[in-house]
Amino acid sequence: MIIMKNDIILAGVGGQGILSIAAIIGTAAVSRGLYVKQSEVHGMSQRGGDVQSHLRLSSRPIASDLIPTGAADMIISVEPLEALRYLPWLKKEGWIITNTKPFVNIPNYPPLEEVLATIASKPHHVMIDADEIATEIGSARSANMVILGASTICLDLPFEELEQAIRSVFGKKGEEIVHTNLSALRAGRDFALQQKNQA
Amino acid sequence: MQKMILLGDEAIAQGAIDAGLSGIYAYPGTPSTEITEYIIASKEAKNNGIVANWTANEKTAVETALGMSYAGKRAMACMKHVGLNVAADPFINSAVTGINGGLIVVSADDPSMHSSQNEQDSRFYGKFALLPILEPSNQQEAYDMVHYGFDLSEKYQIPVLFRITTRLAHSRSGIERKAKRAQNEMTLPGDLKQFVLLPAIARRRYKGLLGLQPQLENESENSGWNQYTDGPDKSLGIIAAGLAYNYLLENFPEGNIPYPVLKIGQYPLPRLWVEKIANECETLLVLEEGMPVIEEMLKGYLGNCLNIKGRLDGTLPRDGELNPNLVAVALGGKMIRGEEVPSLVVPRPPSLCAGCPHTDSYLALNEAMKVYGKGRVFSDIGCYTLAALPPLEAINSCVDMGASITMAKGAADAGLVPAVAVIGDSTFTHSGITGLLDAVISKSPITILILDNSTTGMTGGQPSAATGRIAEICKGIGVEEEHIRILKPLRKNHDENVKIIAEELAYPGVSVVIPTRECVQTLNRRMREKFKNKKTE
Repeated sequence: MIIMKNDIILAGVGGQGILSIAAIIGTAAVSRGLYVKQSEVHGMSQRGGDVQSHLRLSSRPIASDLIPTGAADMIISVEPLEALRYLPWLKKEGWIITNTKPFVNIPNYPPLEEVLATIASKPHHVMIDADEIATEIGSARSANMVILGASTICLDLPFEELEQAIRSVFGKKGEEIVHTNLSALRAGRDFALQQKNQA
Repeated sequence: MQKMILLGDEAIAQGAIDAGLSGIYAYPGTPSTEITEYIIASKEAKNNGIVANWTANEKTAVETALGMSYAGKRAMACMKHVGLNVAADPFINSAVTGINGGLIVVSADDPSMHSSQNEQDSRFYGKFALLPILEPSNQQEAYDMVHYGFDLSEKYQIPVLFRITTRLAHSRSGIERKAKRAQNEMTLPGDLKQFVLLPAIARRRYKGLLGLQPQLENESENSGWNQYTDGPDKSLGIIAAGLAYNYLLENFPEGNIPYPVLKIGQYPLPRLWVEKIANECETLLVLEEGMPVIEEMLKGYLGNCLNIKGRLDGTLPRDGELNPNLVAVALGGKMIRGEEVPSLVVPRPPSLCAGCPHTDSYLALNEAMKVYGKGRVFSDIGCYTLAALPPLEAINSCVDMGASITMAKGAADAGLVPAVAVIGDSTFTHSGITGLLDAVISKSPITILILDNSTTGMTGGQPSAATGRIAEICKGIGVEEEHIRILKPLRKNHDENVKIIAEELAYPGVSVVIPTRECVQTLNRRMREKFKNKKTE
């Protein structure tokens, strides 16, 4: 049997919607009959601090709620500086999928071009201005779904399964919200495929 | 049945609903909050008539749960680890009264102090109270153990302590539900003096509790939550409790652990199995989340009888939570890490939200305090504790719920006049009211700012017990009416607010200033709901 395993670090700033990303990947994985464990941060750090979630998918039972350092297959980040905070978790051949739009709520935020250059120096990365793409498709609030879309090029889940998960997670909020989130997901994937092909 | 994906906290809640719970009582506290939140939000719980209440504090939560148990029904009280300090009095004594309906007290520990002021280990309380403790290693066990916990409680007529830690509380995984069982009927205790802890009765009941201990050990040996798995290599035996067991398994993905392993999920420790692993193995490695509770018990004071590795000899760090990598190193492996964090990555500490009323309150306080200098402001537990950090740097203490008022009084007694206390509305009703009474009786020259944002903000916006009644409470306690000042913390009112605070700082008695403005988080949520409802109308 082929063992499927995706160990994902989701990163961002409190309030940026990384838990929605986790919920959609988790829902899709469960529909595929995979095991899921997802560790979240609640409480004090949610107030504008750095937050991360360890999301693990596997075809076998998962032991630890935490991903060991040096073992994550990918870092999915909705903020560029936060993408770098979790490098000790990323394995050598791992991917970084990150938003390039900074969230500046600290006085000593490092120069953005240095942050982006550092990410670009890593062998496997997708860098995407998710806020701009989300705005283009008319829904600035779905930047997190653009990032999720970009990450699908490394996720071992069928794209249709993620679309289905969006329908089931956002279904209660109405057809309009489902539609914009689906558009955001597709736009993110298309951008990532393009960037990958150019590389 | 389709699996439910639940947080550890939610698994406990669903487990309680399915195990015939009748009432849950709690004061919010990370990482325990979501247990009670889940039951409050559950339609199923509502339809079954389950009472789910936020209480004034953890002490009242445990006492109310004990009262429900007295009346024969199953009850649960939930709190974070430091909440068990507040509830220690009823908790320890409930072991002596015993129970009627099943009673589970959940305490969520926070090793590494993600959202807490210490990393105390609730298992000490279980041992202290001579009560059984359940410690699940995953979400399914968390669900299943609630059912078992109520059975255990009712079988031996004692409360059960349910200990979890942050990583389980706030991690999601799939749960398979069990068949649901009915709630208990209301019944009085068979002995109507059972709960009267007069010395003569308490002595008798305490002997009974002591007499139960061998049976509780026996339960631990046979319940299945403690499991001994043999291994061929006896050079090492591993005792792994709760979550630490997962980190052990993570290091053997094929499940081929060569050493004997004793998995612990229930206390008192299963003496038979502990003796077996200690006798058969040359060295023991103890893996436990939190403090070295098991390790110290096995080692004894002189530590000269067994060869034990763990947190006390440096094999594992003495503080902080465990993880798979630390366990790998303890097993003799290497620390594997990806690239180090680049030096340009700076910390991003939590901060008060944009538009937070606390910011305006502190800006006014800081200005009014300028003439007195720094070092006079005692504060408390909540979002407003973040004012210790730049840019506000407005407060000088954060110790425990309510300590701001009492510490200010003590400092004023020592001559630090004026001394200031800053406390939130929910923290005030939790444990600030009694301290205020002390100050009023002594006519202490202190000024208390009760930051009233009409919610319990830090834990996600649960209702606050005294919303709209803070001034009345202060008046009732005896604060002079002209020294109860309500103000609205807004930038445009800054000068006026500074003036009001300055006037009260100058008053040589107890004065209370109540900056009143709703939390921006709950306000936004309320407005969104309102907008949504308008749209659907």
